[in-house]
Amino acid sequence: MADKPFIARGFHSHRAAAPAGRLPPGQYETRDFPVLSAGPTPRTPLATWDFVIRDSAGHSVRWSWDELHALPRDTPTVDIHCVTKWSKFDTRWEGVSIDTLLDGARAAGVRVGGYVLAFCDGGYTTNLPIADVTGAKAWVAFGYDGVPLPPEHGGPARMLVPHLYFWKSAKWVRGLQLLDRDQPGFWEQLGYHDRGDPWREQRYQGD
Amino acid sequence: MAGTTLPGRLIWQVATVTDVRDETPRARTLVLDVPQWPGHRAGQHVDVRLVAEDGYQAQRSYSIASAPGDTSVALTIERIDNAEVSPYLCDVLHAGDGLEVRGPIGGYFVWDIAQGGPLFLVAGGSGIVPLMAMLRHYARATAADRASIPVRLLYSSRDWDDVIYRKELERLAELPNVDVRFTLTRAAPAGWNGFRRRIDRAMLEQVAGPASDMPRVFVCGPTPLVESVSAVLVELGHDPSRVRTERFGPTG
Amino acid sequence: MRTEEMRLDGNAAAGTLRELFARDVTAAIATCAGCGAEGPIGRLLEYGNGMGVILRCPSCETAVLRVVRTPRWLRVDASGLSLLAIPESVVIS
Repeated sequence: MADKPFIARGFHSHRAAAPAGRLPPGQYETRDFPVLSAGPTPRTPLATWDFVIRDSAGHSVRWSWDELHALPRDTPTVDIHCVTKWSKFDTRWEGVSIDTLLDGARAAGVRVGGYVLAFCDGGYTTNLPIADVTGAKAWVAFGYDGVPLPPEHGGPARMLVPHLYFWKSAKWVRGLQLLDRDQPGFWEQLGYHDRGDPWREQRYQGD
Repeated sequence: MAGTTLPGRLIWQVATVTDVRDETPRARTLVLDVPQWPGHRAGQHVDVRLVAEDGYQAQRSYSIASAPGDTSVALTIERIDNAEVSPYLCDVLHAGDGLEVRGPIGGYFVWDIAQGGPLFLVAGGSGIVPLMAMLRHYARATAADRASIPVRLLYSSRDWDDVIYRKELERLAELPNVDVRFTLTRAAPAGWNGFRRRIDRAMLEQVAGPASDMPRVFVCGPTPLVESVSAVLVELGHDPSRVRTERFGPTG
Repeated sequence: MRTEEMRLDGNAAAGTLRELFARDVTAAIATCAGCGAEGPIGRLLEYGNGMGVILRCPSCETAVLRVVRTPRWLRVDASGLSLLAIPESVVIS
């Protein structure tokens, strides 16, 4: 028998009401850009920074900072949704599409499987189905709001996968491990959803 | 009345607000009647949970301001503009309302007379709250106990109106063996001859007393203040295991 | 607003940890599996930010304890904790 929760008189989230259809279920709009990090801010010098895509057979391809910037880039404007219930609309980014990077990986003989595990400075990881990082849905982003991505928001570069909850947009990303089987990352090991679609409210495993 | 903490579940309970009082333009004290309150130790906190009609939930921790031994539980809340919980607690809640809490919580950032001293307390902003519980506990001790424990407080605030418990702290400063120093970081009243800057190494060298006295140190307030103060105290020779910290996050 | 300004410490996790242990453990001494450093849980750095409790070693940043509550489970990863020494009960006066 579940207890009825005590309702605090006159308490409601102060966050603004948003246009219908734009907010996924259970979300509230914020005008801030809250910083959520699972660990301290890494500081990797750009001279040693690289982005690696590797498969389980040991084939890999890497781009240095300059090489990444030589690739064609996009400037997506997207809404983002955090599992802690805030959503922010019309965020402006600059980065290289994961499609472009996977094309480069295939050309280098790296085998793309059904899943990826993004790995980051500081040890953070997150897993994603390949379909959720392809088809112009995901980027390695190094610019935010017209300026280089600040360290507290994941700079020098982070994943940007805005159609999923924002913990999937891994900060301080350094590469993708290509997998044939799904492997839970940092938060997924603790019970967060393997996919994380905010429109289906996939916050936790089993949702 | 002495007793032993018994292991057991920590449960959410609905407390009743019996009184509210404004401490400063930005800080308000809520006095709560918590059913079957087991008592608390100075420095402990409670968790507060707010549930809205639509099921939305928010949870925060607040340090207990009242002295151990009081039957009611006082929390002092600093109102942070555009925040989710503190404006509700400061502006909406009134006497008679229910508030869901669980506690008391904590066993590291706590001080009892029995631990002895000397005591060096450093507060930034609302970080004064758990230290005030310690000071109120100290003030109720016997003169003999107090005589053996010198107490120093260094308290950083934006301006004189922001000093929480100001009058009570000025009275406490009149106790023998109690030294209270304020530092104001943004504005000071006319004729102010106290400190007028953020806490730094020179100020701590002046106020903390020698590390060889081996004080028990408690530092509480915004995370940057807590981390820089505790780092400097260790540089000055204080034993890290005697410097206890409680971070309140970016504000506080 | 930088992460280092926002982080808390083991004191903030005390309520959640009370759900795991029958008593307060913020004064318990944790040994980090990453570097062997020992210290009270209260001194660990907390980075959960509302998604869960992430307690890291102040010496090497290893995640010593991670706790997430979901609707169905309270999941605990203690792989970063090689030893925990919990002091016996305290006297309240």
